[in-house]
Amino acid sequence: MAMAENERELRTLARTGSDSMRGLRRRPRVAETLIQTFLFICGAISILTTVGIVYELGKESLLFFTRRQWEQTNKPLAEDIEADRTAFEVSTSGKPLPVGELIRIGEEIMRVQLVEGGTVTVERGVRGTTATAHRAGLEIQAAQDVTLVEFFGRTEWNPQIGKFGIWALVNATLITSAVALSVSLPLGLGVAIYLSEYATEKARATLKPIMEVLAGVPTVVYGYFALTFMTPLLRTLLGTRTVEIYNTASAGIVMGILILPLVSSMSEDALSAVPNSLREAAYALGATKLETAIKVVVPAAFSGLTAAVIVAASRAIGETMIVAIAAGAGPNFTFNPFKAAETMTGHIVRISGGDLSYNSLDYNSIFAIGLMLFVMTLTLNIVSQHIVRRFREEYE
Amino acid sequence: MISERKTVIAREPFDPGVRHRNRRAGLWRRVFKAATAVGIVFLAALLVSIVNDAFGYVAIENSIDPAALSPDGTPLAALPKDVLTQILAANVSKGLFRRFEHDHPFEDRTQEDVYGLILEHVVEPKIVAQWTLWDSLTRRRAIAEDVATRFPDAELRFETWLDVAFITSPQSADAARAGVRTAILGSLWTIAIAIVIAFPLGVGAAIYLQEYATENAINRVIQTNITNLAGVPSIIYGMLGLAVFVRALQPLTSGALFGLADPTTANGRTILSAGMTLALLILPLIIINAQEAIKAVPNSLREASFGLGATRWQTIWHHVLPSAMPGILTGTILSISRAVGETAPLVVVGASTYITMDPSGPFSKFTTLPIQIYQWTARPQSVFRNIAAAAIVVLLGLLLSLNAAAILLRNRFSKRAL
Repeated sequence: MAMAENERELRTLARTGSDSMRGLRRRPRVAETLIQTFLFICGAISILTTVGIVYELGKESLLFFTRRQWEQTNKPLAEDIEADRTAFEVSTSGKPLPVGELIRIGEEIMRVQLVEGGTVTVERGVRGTTATAHRAGLEIQAAQDVTLVEFFGRTEWNPQIGKFGIWALVNATLITSAVALSVSLPLGLGVAIYLSEYATEKARATLKPIMEVLAGVPTVVYGYFALTFMTPLLRTLLGTRTVEIYNTASAGIVMGILILPLVSSMSEDALSAVPNSLREAAYALGATKLETAIKVVVPAAFSGLTAAVIVAASRAIGETMIVAIAAGAGPNFTFNPFKAAETMTGHIVRISGGDLSYNSLDYNSIFAIGLMLFVMTLTLNIVSQHIVRRFREEYE
Repeated sequence: MISERKTVIAREPFDPGVRHRNRRAGLWRRVFKAATAVGIVFLAALLVSIVNDAFGYVAIENSIDPAALSPDGTPLAALPKDVLTQILAANVSKGLFRRFEHDHPFEDRTQEDVYGLILEHVVEPKIVAQWTLWDSLTRRRAIAEDVATRFPDAELRFETWLDVAFITSPQSADAARAGVRTAILGSLWTIAIAIVIAFPLGVGAAIYLQEYATENAINRVIQTNITNLAGVPSIIYGMLGLAVFVRALQPLTSGALFGLADPTTANGRTILSAGMTLALLILPLIIINAQEAIKAVPNSLREASFGLGATRWQTIWHHVLPSAMPGILTGTILSISRAVGETAPLVVVGASTYITMDPSGPFSKFTTLPIQIYQWTARPQSVFRNIAAAAIVVLLGLLLSLNAAAILLRNRFSKRAL
């Protein structure tokens, strides 16, 4: 520590003529400690961000799953009932009432105990509501809870009629991501191998910036490109009857172009990290350039390449604007990539696009989707980091 | 493989497979080259399709022929204000005319202003068809014939969607008059707020992690966390911004806390919320870039400084930061250009769909350039695609100048450092 500091101390000592040694002790540096604390807080803010994400997504998702929705049964009361009647006639139309579940008439909540033909026996005024008289013709609503089983078990997403099957959205996300990966992986690996194994210094110097430009184009521009260029192209090639105006294939292909630079630059980094001695050994054994690249360099860089693939998948799943513009607006469970379907991200953007009111079902539902999305991408990212750490080949 | 080689050796001293292997190597070489070419072709297609839509012929149909309005045949634009006012009064309903008078008395209006009102409410030019630049250049005659048969009253004009008026005029429901001024200002405001928040925090965090942090559990968690945050989809940040900045911190972000907004109608969907959301989004990127830059500063510099008796902070402030600055700035500018193009988080945070007023401060409602592009692209009328293309050219120009600034800064600083 601090030669100048000590010198100053000594000078002070000399000036005051004190013979005590207290001035030579290490003095606490208040400013330095303050600065260090401030810098630590800067670092800790990133933790706060993560905590915030997990907390908010978790809280609103919990509300989504614990909140009670009321679903129209289209089954009106068939007679006037007084506050103390527990058995009454209902219309035969509409959906059947579930025994043991809650129903609501007006403001009052009742529990269904028995259903016999058109006669329903109920427990009146449950869940803190009071039993009151009701007129004939009033609509009966049935309790509809979003359970995890329904969330993960169904394939229809339609909040208006109380259908919350996440697979409708996940499926579209998987299709666009699969299309994107099948475009970007072969191309990206090809570009990476070309740049790292074949290209001359000069070619690299021009090609790499071009790839960077491709990576720097905002995603909304790619969305525009998908809708105004790729979709018409697909419709011309495959016929307007096969390909809908909004379709997941077009969004996926353009998304593949978007993540192409990501795949190629990560793969190229992995390939360039393979030491030249390996290549030279292969050449010395008489291998061609291709054999060296495919049989020596690529296996040596395998962990890095796998990580690139996984990061690309994570990026594709989280990609939003392309699918919001070109994939379609409306959940649709289909395996046909030429049909419109809404992905998780596309749904979030569409729902939150208007003036979304807090505490509404839509508000909570997008957080449940967001949590799902967060978990998916985080898992992929962690796996890729793990692969890089675990399977890294050290050549030094 | 070994057995294969044995047979080969048995037949001939030299491997006859060499030619075949070389041919295959050559083929794949071409395949790899083609993959690279495809990337470039896509980039070219992207740019061409945008430029193709940003210019081209349009057919415009007027409700009333402007020449018929003019009393003596002089063009409307050249008429004096009082004549124009009479024309306007004669052709719109009394109620509408009174509303104009009420909004802004005709005595105070300029001649251009009245002319604009006539165009908007009397002449009502409507774009009935438009063509791409390619078509306009190659099929000029066919287009002219097409217009003559389909829209006999229409006037064919070459429209440059991207012009000065497009950049300087505010948004409008009419594609022909819509501009991106509001959006550009909104983008600049949100980015400025994001930089003010994220730059000090990010550089501070990077300094802490590179210069102070010892190898312990907390610091490892921070480091892993930053890496993971960089991979979180941007839309998740939008949801965080919606829940925290827009909703929970509404008194702060709407300005109600400072008495700038009425607490009953206060709304957190403001420029401040958007800027803070973008700040969180680019924070991990800035940290990672700044860390790389600080890591690249040679240790001898630090040791020399310590050796002369400087404290840790003195060493960082006077020696490490100045030599890491070009790298930090370059990384920051690249992060900013990412933020400029972000759309999804801002849509979720609650960008306004339609505002014509310039943002007046951090508590204004906002729209940004990418959001404007998104909304125009999503419209069903194809004429909005043209102005979306023009807005994309503006956005790409903005990004290009940011990147150029990054390169310039890097060159300037690296010269000084040497």
